[in-house]
Amino acid sequence: MSQIESVLTRFKDNQRQHLLPILQEIQSEMGYLPEEAITLVGRHLNLPTSKVYAVATFYDQFRFSPSAKYHFMLCNGTACHMKESEVVLQEIEKCLNIKAGQSTRDKLFRLEVTPCVGACGQSPVLKINDVFYPGITSKSVVELIEAIKLKEGKL
Amino acid sequence: MIFNINVNNKILKARKGDTILETLRKNGITVPTLCNMENFTPTGACRICVVEVESHDELVPSCSHPVEEWMKIKTHSPRVIRARRTIVELLLSSHPDDCLYCIRNKNCELQTLAEELGIRERRLPVVRMMKKKDPSSASIVRDPAKCILCGRCVRVCKEKIGISTFDFIGKGMKTIVGPTFNKNLNVSNCINCGQCIMVCPTGALHEKDAISAVSEALQDTEKHVVVQVSPTVSVSLAEEFNVKSGKELDGLLVATLRKMGFNKVFKSAFAADMMVMQIVEELLERLENQQNLPMFSADCPAFVKYMEEFHPELLPNLTTCKSPQQIMGSLVKHHYARNQKIKAENIFSVSLMPCTAKKFEARREEFTTKGISDVDAVLTTRELARLIRLFGLDIQQVAPELADSPFAVRSSAGKIVGTSGGVAEAVYRTLYYRLTGKQLVNFKVTQMRSNKSTRELFTKIGKQKIGIAAVNGLQNAMELISQIKAGRDDLHFIEVMACPGSCINGGGQPITQSQESLKARMKTLYDIDEKESIKASYKNPAVIELYGKYTGKEKDSFLEKLKTSYQGRDVLL
Ligand code: SF4
Ligand code: SF4
Ligand code: FES
Ligand code: FES
Repeated sequence: MSQIESVLTRFKDNQRQHLLPILQEIQSEMGYLPEEAITLVGRHLNLPTSKVYAVATFYDQFRFSPSAKYHFMLCNGTACHMKESEVVLQEIEKCLNIKAGQSTRDKLFRLEVTPCVGACGQSPVLKINDVFYPGITSKSVVELIEAIKLKEGKL
Repeated sequence: MIFNINVNNKILKARKGDTILETLRKNGITVPTLCNMENFTPTGACRICVVEVESHDELVPSCSHPVEEWMKIKTHSPRVIRARRTIVELLLSSHPDDCLYCIRNKNCELQTLAEELGIRERRLPVVRMMKKKDPSSASIVRDPAKCILCGRCVRVCKEKIGISTFDFIGKGMKTIVGPTFNKNLNVSNCINCGQCIMVCPTGALHEKDAISAVSEALQDTEKHVVVQVSPTVSVSLAEEFNVKSGKELDGLLVATLRKMGFNKVFKSAFAADMMVMQIVEELLERLENQQNLPMFSADCPAFVKYMEEFHPELLPNLTTCKSPQQIMGSLVKHHYARNQKIKAENIFSVSLMPCTAKKFEARREEFTTKGISDVDAVLTTRELARLIRLFGLDIQQVAPELADSPFAVRSSAGKIVGTSGGVAEAVYRTLYYRLTGKQLVNFKVTQMRSNKSTRELFTKIGKQKIGIAAVNGLQNAMELISQIKAGRDDLHFIEVMACPGSCINGGGQPITQSQESLKARMKTLYDIDEKESIKASYKNPAVIELYGKYTGKEKDSFLEKLKTSYQGRDVLL
């Protein structure tokens, strides 16, 4: 189940007054409101997406793009946890010199830990923006980060 | 309860429950409005309608404020005028000054207001914001730079159509009105009905231009330019030339079109008769097999797109028969081209429609063979009027002429399809004949002519129980569709037209229309039906002749060409 869906299950009675709290929770989990969130929330509350977007853009608190160019979301659901996602987390934190929930100064990276992203078969899973990296290890994650830094001319 | 109020030092009668604005209007006093719309609850957003009410410190928006017995009102005091001026000046400060090039020049509420308030100079600094035009849709162009945020399109789309493509995005200075994520219209859920254009006070929303393509084709000596006229264009076009509403221009329009250089003028209503006959055959088949009932009409391309987006599981319930525009389109590029020995690619096929969604329909891939579209360009009633003016023609100074065979003759059933209930009524007439072999004595189906937006008829034809419904205004159809999804099964045929009032009020019709002009158009259509003798599609002699040309396998493949298909669409709902 995606992060968005898991938020939605917490607001089962699809009442429209839940719109703001739902958006707030999604943002606090993901750091921003991806397009998918707007569409799924619309469907959940039986509201047109144009309305959900109208409400969301009315409040300054919502962001619609990740606050960093590379938004790392490391799964820490049960399966991933069992497969030592914790070790990967420490490695990333070391490499980027930030803690989970923070962004690098140059706004290149943001790191977040999320509950199960629904790909347990391939755990541990890292998601960078919209791309999944299954079976991530502390070694492969370093390579990934270095490749990005190289591409961005930061190495 | 009626009481007295004082307006501009005169005593006037007012009715409890009315707004100040309504009271003033009933008394013949004009106050400008922008965000206000008749038959919608007022929002009080633009404040151009303010008036001074004694003992109120602030100016009061008359559109949303109820009138009260003690009120002393000034509608045009210096203070009021100053406020209205400032509002318009603020709107103009971020508005591109290109009236001369604007599609709504001389027909723009903002322009009129600036003129009436005597605004002759810029006092406020110019605030330019980069807002890009969105030409992505086949039907509607959105030009947010000209939007004054009145919200009329937002509300018509939500409350009358029920789609909610547009909403306000952001707030403060940066607010815009646009589709979800401010994406292009072509990836939105917009069904192209064009009702937003009908309510937009400025040039922020308008139809996608087809005039240039048509003028080019008319100048191209290689091209054989053929035009089909929709039955509802000839009853509304007159209004663009300040002739009284509802005047049927029929032969005058045919003559004018010939003067403009169109090689052949055909009637879409001929194809409407064919559609009605195909719908009836298909309905009989479905009744026999008890399959895919109720059957929905599919000649409104806005309704079709709605079904593709919102109810893909009901697509088998749409009739497979093409719309009149596309039947005529395919007749022209195939049947007619072959008979005249003209290559399809050398024919330029134009259609004159009351509708912006027809532009989208013409671009659908189902109606293109080997890169050649059946219909090359669709002009709305408004565009047609512009084209006629461009040619410097006076539509009243020509002698009427007849349309061209073989697609010149129609029944009056083919004519009334443009008004709500018309398709259903036409279908009923032919269905009756096919089920009983007998002629109707009285062709008029009063149940389909009520002024309700949903009309129903339950009857027995021979041994067959029949339920027919007609709905106009897509929002009203949604209720019926959910009933059907919940198992309602007493209906067999349902006509749905997306526009409130159907095609006579289509999104391509003259902007300045009123309720009266809509009534006049409808009356004209029914009067024609009353007067003429061929009242049912199956009696159209030209259609009978055309069908008679084909037999056996050839006939099957001819009929096959009248069919189309639909596809689910994944868009932002
Ligand atoms: S696009 Fe037109 S109708 Fe819609 S809010 Fe802007 S000015 Fe008003
Ligand atoms: S009701 Fe008529 S004018 Fe309106 S979108 Fe449908 S076909 Fe076009
Ligand atoms: S626990 Fe990580 S994908 Fe399910
Ligand atoms: S017309 Fe009254 S506030 Fe806009």
